[in-house]
Order: sequence, then structure tokens, then C-alpha cells
Amino acid sequence: MGKFKKKQKADPEIPTSALPDIIFMLLFFFMVTTVLRETTINVQQRIPRATELRKLQRKSLVSYLYMGRPQNISMFGGEPKIQANDVFIEVKDVIMWVEKEKAKLDEVERDQITIAFKVDEDVKMGMISDVQMELRKANARKLMYSTPQRVDE
Amino acid sequence: MARSKRGSATINSSSMADIAFLLLIFFLVTTTIANDKGLTLQLPPNPDDVEQTDVKIPERNIFKILLNSSDKLMVENEPMDDPRQIRELVKEFVLNNGVNKSLSDSPQKAIVSIKTNRGTSYEKFIEVYNEVQGAYYDMYAARAGVTNKKWREIASKTSDPDNKRIYDLARADFPMQISIAEPNKSN
Repeated sequence: MGKFKKKQKADPEIPTSALPDIIFMLLFFFMVTTVLRETTINVQQRIPRATELRKLQRKSLVSYLYMGRPQNISMFGGEPKIQANDVFIEVKDVIMWVEKEKAKLDEVERDQITIAFKVDEDVKMGMISDVQMELRKANARKLMYSTPQRVDE
Repeated sequence: MARSKRGSATINSSSMADIAFLLLIFFLVTTTIANDKGLTLQLPPNPDDVEQTDVKIPERNIFKILLNSSDKLMVENEPMDDPRQIRELVKEFVLNNGVNKSLSDSPQKAIVSIKTNRGTSYEKFIEVYNEVQGAYYDMYAARAGVTNKKWREIASKTSDPDNKRIYDLARADFPMQISIAEPNKSN
């Protein structure tokens, strides 16, 4: 009988000593799989979805161009603009921007630079093709229309 | 006296979980999960560098897709409402191998041309381009004997020699020729 009494006195609390370790593991998981936000995006970004997506082979070779209406319309107007890094640029500045981005890469990798477009659905093709023409002139011919995955019914 | 001396020697670590949680939440907020997926495209070379030659391509080898400024779609001179129909039409066109007189001679000669207007919305263009690429990926996947999704994984990771072999085999004599024409200014 004595035995039974002892067992009932067992600690009813859940041991929480392993909890910090579990949380730290989660933390490390997130630190490894995510990247720090580098730029603040100042244009609207409702990006159309697509299904036939491919992954980029080398993330370090990618430079992003954002296009869309400025979020602060009273300050920058309602016409779609191009954003590169943290500033708005004009179509004619694209070549210079590409050169700057290329300069950041190793010399052997410069012609492999990939430009990723993050474009709002409202932007017209005229602007896109103007930018593409500049990219052709700048010899940055690898392009990606960055889009989220569409889930079909 | 004796009691206080015997006090637990371990550091109280119950707040450790809270600290770790705080760090975790901080990282969740300040980082973005890398979204490096999208539709890929290889641009043609700089027009100033290429010699202008007039190459006559027979009408049957071009699959024409037109998008006007009000996002209306015209495929092979016929209006179309649902862009999803394009996929099957492109496959039929490319894999024709000279059977049907109005479709392509061979996959090597087949060209899919997408022509937009300056006023066409990006959204519509992506919808159409997605279907055309999808059609090609479907055909490559069929040649490699894998699913479309698996094919795209293979094509995205050609650094793996096994993938490279499958990729080269399926791509041999079967180029993906999608032409994106300069948009029109009018209408």
C-alpha cells in the first residue's frame, strides 16, 4: 500500500527544461531559411500568380526590379514607377543600374546576372518592354518574372 | 541559516524560453522567406549588335498570340476568351510534325509568338505566358517521362549530373522558341 501512496505524490508539473532548446531550434531554423529584408518596397505589389514556376539556381546572381504605382501617391504621383534598391529610377537609368549590380559580382559571373521583375498587375506592357529593351542593351539577358504560386481549383 | 545555504544551486532558467521566443518573433518579423520562384525568360541580344536580316518564316511555323490594349486575346487569328485553352493548342501546334498543313513542320521550326500592345496589362500577359511555358514544360516532361512539376525541378537544378543528363536528353532537338514581340503603340 505504501508504494501506491508514493506514486500519487509524483510531480504533476510538465518538465519545461527542454523548452528553450526547442525554441532555439525553431529560431535557428528561421534564421537559416530566411533572409533579412534589405529594401523597403515603395511601390504597390499585387503580383499576378502563375503555375509554371521555376526556382533560380543561384540566389547571389539575382537583382530585383520592382514596378508599380507608388504607395505614397500624394508624394510621387499615381503613375507606375520603377524601383531599384531603395530609389525610384527612370527607364534610361536601367543600364547604369545593371552595371552597378554587375560590379557587385565576381568578374567571371557578371554575364550570368539574373534580373527578377516584381511587377504589379496594373503595370502596362509598354513599360515592361521598355525596361526589357534597356536590359538587352545592358547585356543582362536572363530575366525572371517573379510570381507566387497559383493554386488551381 | 542552514536552510538558506542549501538553496538550489542551479540558475533559474524558466525565462529562457521567453527570451528565445522573443528572439524568434523578432526574426519572424524582420525577415522574409526567400521567394525566388517565377517564370524564366531569356531575352534576345541587343538589337544594335545583330545584323538585320530578313528571314522569311513560313506562316505555318508561327503560332500567333495577340493581346490588345483592352486585354482581349486573339490566337491564330481567332478571338479567344479563356487563356487556358492556349496550352493544348500550342502542344498540338508544336507536335504536329508536318501532318496538318496549317500547323508546324517540326518542333525545331515551331515558333510561338506573343505580341502585346503597350496598353496590355502585365497580369494578362503573365497569364498567357504561363500557359505557353506550361505547354512546353508539359512536352519536355513527357519526353523525359516525368511529371511537369518534376521536370521543372530538374530544369532548375542542372548542377546535378543526373538532372543534367535528363535535361539535355529531353531538350535535344526540341528548342523552346517563344518570341515576345515589341508591343504596338496603336489600338
